[in-house]
Amino acid sequence: MTEEVIAYLKEQLKEATWEEGTAWPTVALQPLLFKEQMQLLRSDGNLQFDYLFNETCIDWKTHLTMVYHLRSMQYKHQLVIKLAVDRNQPEVPTLSDVWQSANFLEREVYEMFGVNFIGHPDLRLLILPDGWEGKNPLRKDFEDPINMIRL
Amino acid sequence: MQETIGHSATGDLVINVGPQHPATHGVLHLVIHLQGETITKVEPHLGYIHRSIEKMCESLTYRQFIYVTSRMDYLSAHINNLACALCVEKGLGVEIPERAQVIRVLMSELTRIASHELWWGAMAMDLGAFTPFFHAFRERESINDIMEETCGARLTMNYMVPGGVMMDLHPNFQKRVKDFLQLYKSKIDEYDEMVTGNIIFQNRMKGVGYLSKEDAISFGCSGPTARASGVSCDVRKWYPYEIYSKLDFEEVIETGGDSLARYMVRIREMKESIRIVEQLIDAIPEGPFQAKTKAVLKLPKGEFYQQVETARGELGVYIVSEGGTTPYRIKFRSPGFSNLSALETMVKGSKIGDLVAAMGTLDLVIPDIDR
Amino acid sequence: MSLSSLAQQIHLWLLGHMSEQWTLVLEMIIAGILVISFFAVLGLVLVYMERKVSAWMQIRLGPNRVGPKGLLQSFADTLKLLIKEGLTPDGADKFLFNIAPIGAIMVSMLLMAPIPFAKDFQMWDINIGVLYVSAVSSLSVISILVAGWSSNNKYSLLGAMRSGAQIVSYELSAGMAIMTIVILSGSLSLTEIIQSQQNGWWLFKGHVPVIIAFVIYIIAVTAETNRAPFDMAEAESELTAGFHTEYSGMKFALFFLAEYVNVFIVCAIGAILFLGGWMPLHIGEWTAFNHIMDYIPSSIWFMGKTFGLIFLIMWFRWTFPRLRVDQLLKLEWNYLLPISMINVVLVTALAILGWYFK
Repeated sequence: MTEEVIAYLKEQLKEATWEEGTAWPTVALQPLLFKEQMQLLRSDGNLQFDYLFNETCIDWKTHLTMVYHLRSMQYKHQLVIKLAVDRNQPEVPTLSDVWQSANFLEREVYEMFGVNFIGHPDLRLLILPDGWEGKNPLRKDFEDPINMIRL
Repeated sequence: MQETIGHSATGDLVINVGPQHPATHGVLHLVIHLQGETITKVEPHLGYIHRSIEKMCESLTYRQFIYVTSRMDYLSAHINNLACALCVEKGLGVEIPERAQVIRVLMSELTRIASHELWWGAMAMDLGAFTPFFHAFRERESINDIMEETCGARLTMNYMVPGGVMMDLHPNFQKRVKDFLQLYKSKIDEYDEMVTGNIIFQNRMKGVGYLSKEDAISFGCSGPTARASGVSCDVRKWYPYEIYSKLDFEEVIETGGDSLARYMVRIREMKESIRIVEQLIDAIPEGPFQAKTKAVLKLPKGEFYQQVETARGELGVYIVSEGGTTPYRIKFRSPGFSNLSALETMVKGSKIGDLVAAMGTLDLVIPDIDR
Repeated sequence: MSLSSLAQQIHLWLLGHMSEQWTLVLEMIIAGILVISFFAVLGLVLVYMERKVSAWMQIRLGPNRVGPKGLLQSFADTLKLLIKEGLTPDGADKFLFNIAPIGAIMVSMLLMAPIPFAKDFQMWDINIGVLYVSAVSSLSVISILVAGWSSNNKYSLLGAMRSGAQIVSYELSAGMAIMTIVILSGSLSLTEIIQSQQNGWWLFKGHVPVIIAFVIYIIAVTAETNRAPFDMAEAESELTAGFHTEYSGMKFALFFLAEYVNVFIVCAIGAILFLGGWMPLHIGEWTAFNHIMDYIPSSIWFMGKTFGLIFLIMWFRWTFPRLRVDQLLKLEWNYLLPISMINVVLVTALAILGWYFK
């Protein structure tokens, strides 16, 4: 990503925190402006981040962090978006109306981390069998009594 | 799940395709709603082979976790391993000897050919032609034999390690690869005779499972699936790793967006892979096959992302490190997962036979989707 | 000694030992036993042949462990199917479920009656043989529909529905193709149709229209017997096993057997109509050649032609992909049926004007 685009981004994404020393430009957004700014990234003519190829969550024990990997298929630049989420009541606005790929990715994050995506059209378990609602296997405090792997 | 038992609320016939079904090539479960023979809704239910590899990797060291990833997309096991090795190397900041790089690319391309061979046979079988399957296996077997000789395994090779490859090439390697190239070239025309030129096959493929360019991007499709819709997304070209930037090969792009385009992309991709192998097989540089690394690897605190092009599309490995010997969080961005999410858009309104044709050309590997 | 003289001798021997009525009863029993054993042997041979043909096309060896060259493989398979439990699903309509395979096998047995296997060797020389065959063979759809419906399985139901649409449609083209020969030979009796080919088979005598009819006949009967590339009713990769998904053990074996026997019968009919049945190959005035051909027994001629056609149909199965269900019906209603209608008109003109080789 060129310097101009980064400068343009810094101008556009208000109240955002930029991380230093990362391979790709990484920026943490504020929850209140999140949805609006993501839509801007998707639609802005100079940015056109039309390819959400990865969306995941990290459990930091104190809080959760949503991580979005974006790419523009036209300009081929990439951007990492982060969003801190409260661990006890994780709620994030859905992006499935902006990128269709978010639909499945968010369902996966929902069952693995228990993040509630507000406005998601079909928030059900995708991978886990019925009865696993609310167990959130990928959180750090999850313990499976039988199949836990330890080395 | 009441609605999966009989009829849906709209009176459509609800059929469970899978988890045991000949067309799903594994344990994929699709709930399809039918109006007569016409599909009105497709709903994938995943997880029948979910092993939570991401959670497992959190308690494995950086040397160990690579072996688990062979079991994700088992048809491009080499390339999975390569992605992990590259990501770890990125964190370590190790330079890889040139010989190791060439070996890695050679192995990746052979894996890609083998994977596409299997896909070709399996897809033809989905369409009801059994014979191509055996013809595809003839060539695939010789690749597997080459792999077995050098890596000691035929399917889950576990050959890539952080710093290079596990051991040097077998002395026979070059000769056998050349034999394979010769065999392959003498047989490639059979493929067109048996399948591509067949009028029934063309009718089954043309205009079936259409995916527009916009949808392909929006659904996060990658690999041949996206390239058949005209999306230029070859990681080897755009974000070159290893020595791909020095090689002469084309990114295969078709604009049809239908099953036939996806078929043609893969067929042409095999030929490109052959080209790459031909360029490298006589130019394997001498030197060490592995860089010197510490016995216990520790990645610095930070986040590392590496994407590679597997036979199915873009595989991403996202490692979050806290500075220890094990990853704090690891995420695999699997190509099949995103490609599968586009399935409903592709087949809505078409017949059951089209669903099979579309799934066949998506080239789904279920362990890759479930992880 | 030919088959017909053998039959004649048995008949005379029986007449010499008992009254005429008892002879008839005994002959019926003998014929019945022969048909059933022929059925079983035919099934075994065809299954073995199919496996060997497919293996040959797929660069494999095929069965080669049980018996010499794997010849006993089909016996072993049959034995396995016989001692397997025949499951009946809980939700199935038990009566219909169990009667469907018997219906299928009965239809194929009935079809065996008017077929002349050799010169003067025929169970029932009915004077409307062609009509009988096309009428009875359309009954096979009933057993498939009943099987699919009674299984209480959605895959079975879909397979049965497909099969119903398919068999009913392709019946038309097959009938039209048969009609061309009836027009040319002027008879509905299979024996007379064969006799009319004394000086050459209809395929060679009848110009292009008969060749077209032959091609249409082969396509239509492949579809009628639910063989690939028209195996919509089974469509393994789409409907798992189609109408016989829920069948196992001997009930499944009966469907399996009926399929193969049906293939045999349609090929036999094709051989009779277009290739002269048991009639040897005669070429015009080449008397010496014709004499040599006459030395080959007529049963060998019949079986050779039939198995040649069976091989053709197997060849289709192992090389072509499957059609989609709408393409299948489109092929019939948009192409085959109009072509065969025009073809029938052409043949009629040909017959009236006497333009075929005589």
